[in-house]
Amino acid sequence: MAETLFFNALREATDEEMARDGTVFVLGEDVGHYGGSYKVTKDLYKKYGDLRVLDTPIAENSFSGMAIGAAMTGLRPIIEGMNMGFLLLAFNQISNNAGMLRYTSGGNFKIPVVIRGPGGVGRQLGAEHSQRLEAYFHAVPGLKIVACSTPYNAKGLLKAAIRDDNPVLFFEHVLLYNLKENLPEHDYICPLDKAEVVRPGSDVTLLTYSRMRHHCLQAAQLLEKKGLSHDPEIIDLISLKPFDMETIAASIRKTHRVVIVEECMKTGGIAAELSALITEQLFDELDAPVIRLSSQDIPTPYNGKLEYLTIIQPPQIVEAIDKLMTDQV
Amino acid sequence: MTTVPLSERPVPQIDTSDFQMTKDEGLMVYEDMVLGRLFEDKCAEMYYRGKMFGFVHLYNGQEAVSSGVIKALRPDQDYVSSTYRDHVHALSAGVPAREVMAELFGKETGCSKGRGGSMHMFSAEHRLLGGYAFVAEGIPVATGAAFQCKYRRDALGDENADLVSVCFFGDGASNNGQFFECLNMAALWKLPMIYVVENNKWAIGMAHDRATSQPEIYKKASVFGMHGVEVDGMDVVAVRKVAQEAIARARAGEGPTLIEALTYRFRGHSLADPDELRDPAEKERWGARDPIQRFAQYLQDRGLTTADELAAIDQQVQAVIDDAVEFAENSPEPKPEELRRYIFAED
Ligand SMILES: Cc1ncc(C[n+]2csc(CCOP(=O)(O)OP(=O)(O)O)c2C)c(N)n1
Ligand SMILES: [Mg+2]
Repeated sequence: MAETLFFNALREATDEEMARDGTVFVLGEDVGHYGGSYKVTKDLYKKYGDLRVLDTPIAENSFSGMAIGAAMTGLRPIIEGMNMGFLLLAFNQISNNAGMLRYTSGGNFKIPVVIRGPGGVGRQLGAEHSQRLEAYFHAVPGLKIVACSTPYNAKGLLKAAIRDDNPVLFFEHVLLYNLKENLPEHDYICPLDKAEVVRPGSDVTLLTYSRMRHHCLQAAQLLEKKGLSHDPEIIDLISLKPFDMETIAASIRKTHRVVIVEECMKTGGIAAELSALITEQLFDELDAPVIRLSSQDIPTPYNGKLEYLTIIQPPQIVEAIDKLMTDQV
Repeated sequence: MTTVPLSERPVPQIDTSDFQMTKDEGLMVYEDMVLGRLFEDKCAEMYYRGKMFGFVHLYNGQEAVSSGVIKALRPDQDYVSSTYRDHVHALSAGVPAREVMAELFGKETGCSKGRGGSMHMFSAEHRLLGGYAFVAEGIPVATGAAFQCKYRRDALGDENADLVSVCFFGDGASNNGQFFECLNMAALWKLPMIYVVENNKWAIGMAHDRATSQPEIYKKASVFGMHGVEVDGMDVVAVRKVAQEAIARARAGEGPTLIEALTYRFRGHSLADPDELRDPAEKERWGARDPIQRFAQYLQDRGLTTADELAAIDQQVQAVIDDAVEFAENSPEPKPEELRRYIFAED
């Protein structure tokens, strides 16, 4: 067991997969000599050379398309979005070619590409650098979408994503890179399509992902501190597309109540889709309407106090749970 | 470690020996450069004191470009657009230091009402179309303002419409498709547009020579049939001269110009950048070409001013900045109940 920082867990995953398979390579802005903006690829170019850790010009749509072409013809690229928001400029390639091309080609081509990098709201980074593209990309057919949240799952999921033959959008979070955890010495992967039960509970199912997993855990502690006996079951979705409905349904059959906690905006968010699915598939199990705790539908303001009000905070989760548990529905 | 061939391009020579500059013009430009420099120094101090947050990109070293170009425009009429490295362009465009500082402090009195922050300075009043946080996205927007100017003249028949639009961006941005796409449209429609590439040799940790097959960016204009010129970006007189020529061309309806200013940033990419990749010798070489010292010398050599007069300007500027900090410090935060304000035109 070795205590590993989140960004180093991702780096280890990349390093191990590059060593295992010569077709795996990384490309993106400042991934080489600079080591990546969050140091996920630090010094890998020294080991693998400039072509396998390729510093690209600032040309997101074209280098993404290039990676897709390389993937169609036998390589396994990992695209680093210096910030996932910048991949708005690559939306066309990610949607039309990473997402849809296998289908439009009638199965002629596979696109084993991983598109990874930091997303989410940081600390006063301003609207453009605080985007949650998982929601924008959610509608694109053919993409797998994954969000990691701990050093352990970051490493195992990234390795699985690299080995997967489909395009995987892999979201990290700007504020989680310095989390630490003891990781196993042995090689392991985490399945891309399985949610993780983070805290078993019996009263209410909290469905969440990425940094909000930690907000939910804080909320559970706050409940205890306040002497409230509500017992939430916290589930980290991990896979945002497709959802692991099996794990989700098992929990809801137990608790009959759902709160979804997300960092993306409410309109067109991850919770919007998930709550619709739950209502469609598990309506009879629900004792109350599904509650969505989401960010405000606004560009993230720079001002710190407004930013705080824009995203969900642990006390709001506590409040929602308490209300759900005490209001007789 | 693969070392980057840090070839230095020869400094572009532009003959400014008979360039006319009055004392007033000279002092106005000098004051603007000093304002830019001291403002950024103050930002660094305030950032480390926890008064401002996020990514803060300072402009130290590049002042001759902002002052040389923007101070040749018609104030509050011609359009200016910038990047995330936008504080100084905003100041040159006439946005009061108070409003820029207050924006950095996230206050309601900031030029973007505390909603934007360092990378999103805007001012309709001063025709600042914005700081754009994403690389190259300001280029099409600025081109749109130039289109508007042409439209007013040619489609609406306003013969007095002769405004121009200036867009600043970096060497890194010049490898983005939006740059090429806009050069094409601006040349195609002869838009009153001036593209100013501030080639400071680096895009964060990416050396310009490693990112482009043709490092001489101004030459890229030629394939679009556009005028392109390189200029010493540490020499404000040369910058002002090429800017005036480009502005005259644009106003006369003769189309766009691409100006490549060779310059250097004296600090890291942002205040969060450890700046480990740039060779200390390179930094020293460029540091010795400080554009403000050089211009101060020029003004004195020409007998336009004295060291005492310049020192007095420095002091006045410092007072303006100290006042800006006090103003920002004492300004109110945006109101929580106005969290959703400004989303739609009616708000
Ligand atoms: C679309 C997009 N991609 C990447 C980034 C991250 N980024 C910010 S500045 C920068 C380098 C830009 O360099 P250059 O254009 O030379 O301007 P300079 O910073 O030197 O002024 C990069 C890659 C971004 N802001 N936007
Ligand atoms: Mg640059």
